[in-house]
Amino acid sequence: MAMSTRMSPRKRARVSRGVQYALLVAIVVVASALTDWKTIGIKFFDLAIVKGMLPEVITVGLKNTLLYTACGFALGLALGLVFALMRLSPVGPYRWIATAYIEFFRGLPALVVFLALSVGVPTAFPGREIPGGTLGTATLGLGLVGGAYMAETIRAGIQAVPKGQMEAARSLGMTSSRAMISIIIPQAFRIILPPLTNELILLTKDSSLIYLLGYTLSTVELTSFGRQTLNQEKSMTPLVVIGLCYLFITIPLSIVVRRMETKAERAR
Amino acid sequence: MTEPQIDRHAPAIDVQELHKSFGDNEVLKGIDFHVDNGEVVCVVGPSGSGKSTLLRCVNLLEAPTSGRIFVEGVEVTDPDIDVDDIRSRIGMVFQQFNLFPHLSVLRNLTVAQQRVKKRGRDEAVEVARKNLEKVGLTEKEDAYPAHLSGGQMQRVAIARALSMDPDMMLFDEPTSALDPELVGDVLEVMKNLAHEGMTMMVVTHEMGFAREVGDNLVFMDDGVILEEGNPAEVLANPQHERTRSFLSKVL
Repeated sequence: MAMSTRMSPRKRARVSRGVQYALLVAIVVVASALTDWKTIGIKFFDLAIVKGMLPEVITVGLKNTLLYTACGFALGLALGLVFALMRLSPVGPYRWIATAYIEFFRGLPALVVFLALSVGVPTAFPGREIPGGTLGTATLGLGLVGGAYMAETIRAGIQAVPKGQMEAARSLGMTSSRAMISIIIPQAFRIILPPLTNELILLTKDSSLIYLLGYTLSTVELTSFGRQTLNQEKSMTPLVVIGLCYLFITIPLSIVVRRMETKAERAR
Repeated sequence: MTEPQIDRHAPAIDVQELHKSFGDNEVLKGIDFHVDNGEVVCVVGPSGSGKSTLLRCVNLLEAPTSGRIFVEGVEVTDPDIDVDDIRSRIGMVFQQFNLFPHLSVLRNLTVAQQRVKKRGRDEAVEVARKNLEKVGLTEKEDAYPAHLSGGQMQRVAIARALSMDPDMMLFDEPTSALDPELVGDVLEVMKNLAHEGMTMMVVTHEMGFAREVGDNLVFMDDGVILEEGNPAEVLANPQHERTRSFLSKVL
């Protein structure tokens, strides 16, 4: 009896996969049956609204998102490199400062950092403001947050370079900073290129928090631009448009990361 | 910083009462040892005997716990010494080659010449090509280390060290990581180097090389030098029981 009901492992795997597929199909069927397709067509894909958002959604929104992200990433990379080297320093106070910075800005939500920059800084330093206006503040906020994550990534990359590389460089008479610059850091960046690109994707999305700083017609980025239009139009179409814009940035980056990973795999 | 006074008549390497501990583990227990100019000294012994540590102390890749080391009459254990200047005059070849994987072969040979010796690019390339020819790898100058065999990598590593025009060369088990059929090429290059009169300190398990090329053989065991002398004599007629039992296993 028991023998006849027991299935072979292969057959069991096939049956269970069949059940999984059936479940998926059922979910899709039920969801689409419950969906009001006509309303969705009108509310989510209203071509008139799409036309109304053009070209500003690209020339202002997308452009500003890219600009804020690029500046924030550049500052974050610089901060990350400095703090990574401090973290690895034999000098105690350097290590403590770096650890404090990393733990602080990695532990806080990016939203809190932007709130602090927009409200806290003017309160603490009355009559002064962060130079560079919205761009300056956005760069600082994204740079501080991104730098904390990148410092840890870069530190891991530097530590992943075999010890013999530093020894070989020093045995040729290089100072330790020269060896870092010419030998260790170039290899470390090769190792961490994929996680660093992921960091860029995360920063792209964090740039939406810049709305906390307030915005004008020329400094608005994608998310705020979308919300603005959303309020005027009583339609979900702006959400779809800015969503596509974000994917337009992040998906190519993901593809680049995947390419680099397969390439690194092959080189090994 | 005062320019150290190099004395070319002093022994190339002079080690006095050298001790080295890693934590509680004393690896070198009072080593007195020297290498004369133009001499080839081979250091042999069982693994863990401290021979690599001794070699690495000479160019301060390991900091001695106590004792003094002189290189061409300059005390390198003096805390005020310019270590980088000393190192640039001592070539070092590692068991694991330690080529720079992100740089081409030619660039591996020129980077330190340009950055440390402040040579111009053209001069550095010329010196690099001369040394690549010496190790028989002229055609590999544009290759990257990942595309070379172990034997080729080690020959590039030797050429890299030679490109700094060192006064002496340290070899840390240069053939131990190689497939047996690739050992010969590397030993050939080292042999030629010895015949040109290069001062060499070689940590090795290649007894044939020690006998043929070495002027002096040092046998180390458990952090001390047990015996030393003419390689042929030490190998043929070891005085110590430990030396005998080691040699019977490797010969």
